[in-house]
Amino acid sequence: MKKVLVILISAVIILSFAGCNDDKEVLNVYNWGEYIDMNVIDMFEEETGIKVNYNTFTTNEDMYVKLSKGRVSYDVVFPSDYMIQRMVEEDMLLKINMENIPNFAKVDDVHKNLPYDPNNEYSVPYLWGTVGILYNTKMVTDTVDSWDILWNEEYSQKIFMQDSQRDSMMVALIKLGYSQNTTDQAQIDEAMNLLIEQKPLVLGYLVDEVKDKMVQGEGALAVVWSGEAVDAINMNEDLAYVIPKEGSNRWVDGMVIPKSAKNVSAAEKFINFMLRDDIMLMNAVETGYSITSQSAIDLLDEEWKNNLAAFPTDEMLSKCSVFEYNAAATVMYNKAWTEVTAH
Amino acid sequence: MKKLLQRVYLFMILLFLYAPIIVLIVYSFNESKSRAVWQGFSLTWYQQLFSDSKILNALETTLLIALVASIIATFLGTFAALGIIKMKKKTFETVRTITYIPVLNPDIVTGVSLMMLFAFIGIELGFVSMLLAHITFCTPYVIISVLPKLYQTDISVYEAAQDLGATPFYALRKTIIPQLMPGIVTGFLLSFTLSVDDFVISYFTTGGHVENLSMIVFSMARKGVNPKINAVSTLLFITVMALLLIVNKRELSSKKRVSKNKETLLNIEK
Amino acid sequence: MSKRRFSFPYLIWMSIFIVVPLLLIIFYAFTDNSTGKIVFTLEHIKAIFEPLYLKVIGRSLFMSLIATVVCFILGYPAAMILANKDFAKKSTMLILIVLPMWMNFLLRTYSWLSLLENEGLINRFLVSIGIGQVQLMYNNFAVVLGMVYNFLPFMILPIYSVLVKIDKNVIEAAKDLGANNAKVFGRVIFPLSMPGVISGITMTFMPALSTFVISRLLSGGKITLIGNIIEQQFTITGDWGLGSALSLLLMVLIFVSMIFINKYGDESVGAGGLL
Repeated sequence: MKKVLVILISAVIILSFAGCNDDKEVLNVYNWGEYIDMNVIDMFEEETGIKVNYNTFTTNEDMYVKLSKGRVSYDVVFPSDYMIQRMVEEDMLLKINMENIPNFAKVDDVHKNLPYDPNNEYSVPYLWGTVGILYNTKMVTDTVDSWDILWNEEYSQKIFMQDSQRDSMMVALIKLGYSQNTTDQAQIDEAMNLLIEQKPLVLGYLVDEVKDKMVQGEGALAVVWSGEAVDAINMNEDLAYVIPKEGSNRWVDGMVIPKSAKNVSAAEKFINFMLRDDIMLMNAVETGYSITSQSAIDLLDEEWKNNLAAFPTDEMLSKCSVFEYNAAATVMYNKAWTEVTAH
Repeated sequence: MKKLLQRVYLFMILLFLYAPIIVLIVYSFNESKSRAVWQGFSLTWYQQLFSDSKILNALETTLLIALVASIIATFLGTFAALGIIKMKKKTFETVRTITYIPVLNPDIVTGVSLMMLFAFIGIELGFVSMLLAHITFCTPYVIISVLPKLYQTDISVYEAAQDLGATPFYALRKTIIPQLMPGIVTGFLLSFTLSVDDFVISYFTTGGHVENLSMIVFSMARKGVNPKINAVSTLLFITVMALLLIVNKRELSSKKRVSKNKETLLNIEK
Repeated sequence: MSKRRFSFPYLIWMSIFIVVPLLLIIFYAFTDNSTGKIVFTLEHIKAIFEPLYLKVIGRSLFMSLIATVVCFILGYPAAMILANKDFAKKSTMLILIVLPMWMNFLLRTYSWLSLLENEGLINRFLVSIGIGQVQLMYNNFAVVLGMVYNFLPFMILPIYSVLVKIDKNVIEAAKDLGANNAKVFGRVIFPLSMPGVISGITMTFMPALSTFVISRLLSGGKITLIGNIIEQQFTITGDWGLGSALSLLLMVLIFVSMIFINKYGDESVGAGGLL
């Protein structure tokens, strides 16, 4: 009986570890949810023989906490601009050997050397976009060209804001005429109060679900990322997207290699692979977001190439700036945002 | 009249409990992804489910963790109960209080504290940490299920067995454990159920590579639940419902059999 | 037969996985590590008393209280009706009540949104009978509904299990002595059902107080409860000090509630009551 027990227990324990042993080379990738064409992963595995473990996160902060405190190890991660800056400052990333990433040359210059990684030593751009207002032309009678409309009582309980600290604070800060990267406590407080004022008008602070809701007609106005807008408009022709005249945020999600990476060479192969025209095309089609290389953009259909939501004019883009990271300011933003949501 | 009111009331309660489940099941058959508009009957999500490795992996993880954790917790807990019952009052009460902590503590506190523990010890978050966490919150339930049965056990059978020459362990296995079985089984089932449905504790104690079903639902909830999840839940639900109904039927018919046998015996005696 | 040894594996397990984590919470709640050195501090505890967090705590207490009361009002009659049914129907009914708990609770809760949306089933029904759209989602109503929905079975089952064990003779005796139905209920049935009621209240109030999933899924980010703040500290801001302090507070709140609730009952919130 004792013997049987021992065998049973050891069998059970062994079984539970069975899945953890593989002889193949492995690559651990950590990306946003629904931010890739999964066929791309299959293609990569086929071409290189490297097995890919693909996992997703919902916000930069989630990802950051998991990486810095949770003792998990990834080889390629896709943080956003300001998060990349933070990770560089906190010494969490490896410098990328660009010689192993020849396709980097294809990335358009407008996406290179941005403030968060001035010499592109740590990151390679993946997808980019802007933040703007998605609105239902049938439900909104006024002209939509300013952030002010999100405070218009006529649309009470039909307004969606982003459940994202920086994006929502950005809207308030720019509406007040301040920089979205301000480190001034008084300005941050003012923005916070503006958001608290807005709260009764807000139907919800959502992330990706906002797209479906707008398509269904649950709301009239929403703050969204450009890629979501492109997708939503495709599903509901009554919708339109605009970058407010006061300016907005322009973002880039990049590929980085954390210091804890276990397979750097596979990571570099993967990053290079992602910059291929055909791969970029697949990802663009699947996610609806904007790719970084003109040679790949040329492969898109006419309507998409000329879609101002996806590919704004240089003039529009000039009104937008990238998020930057500042440790002290982050604490202030955290506090402010908590006040808004907990109010 | 009273009976009718009572029936209506129970029906309303059941309707309330099942409303979202019905919606869920119905939309698993919806042609389109939309949760509000019905666009025709279709089995497409069920088909797609079987090629979605992420969901299938999560299902596998959920069931594997539940099974392994429940088995280990059952062993750990049963032997713990056997030992606890022999303790002196003070030790007993201390152990009992500590055992109750995972039961009474909000699961967010349990989850968060275990996450800090793993960081402190240096265990990388992943399958193992999740398993350890599940065993931790399941074992107290096993102890709680087994202890009362232990109090009701007839020790004399155990002693009699030993008098007849059995070794203590053999006697334990053959006389005490069978009496405890209902409690052990309850403990096991309770552990399994809790583990399968757990979200909060798993959320904090697993690494990105390993996800259980609840975690997939949670991350999907932020972008619009994919009907494939509806499909997998419907399948799980039907399976459990079938199991429970079968078990219930057998219990009912065995009770009928017992009373029938009693009748027969009585008739024979006449 | 020294069976005390049998419990050793568990005792070791218990110390590592139950006691140490608790100590870690206390540790993080009272220390500050930001300068690299570990320093004792009351900052985290003081932070809890800022108006913002007090508001959140108050809101959580209030909403869980309402949810518990609603569960009680809905659940007690259900348990009574159930307890009076004949055997065959009883077990089928019980299964029907327990069955939903086997469906993933996140999914069940989330599915309510389909019903509660402005274009959802309930509102479409309300519009069709002339009442018009009512805001049912992303507000207090939705969250309390979510709590009641999730915890109602936990109120019904304990009360049912105690009611069913009440000796019918006692009720008969009371009736024989001339008590009417109301008196029988008030003087006999209800007091005897107390242990179950206490179990039910405990198993409803506690999880409701500490939930973060229900508010996350059903409030559209607008309603923040204690659980949400704690979760944010461990997933977004990384402020383990504050998170631990709030966790400690939660544990204290629950501990106090339990003592309070138990003043009106006996030791049944233990092996017997829970199962």
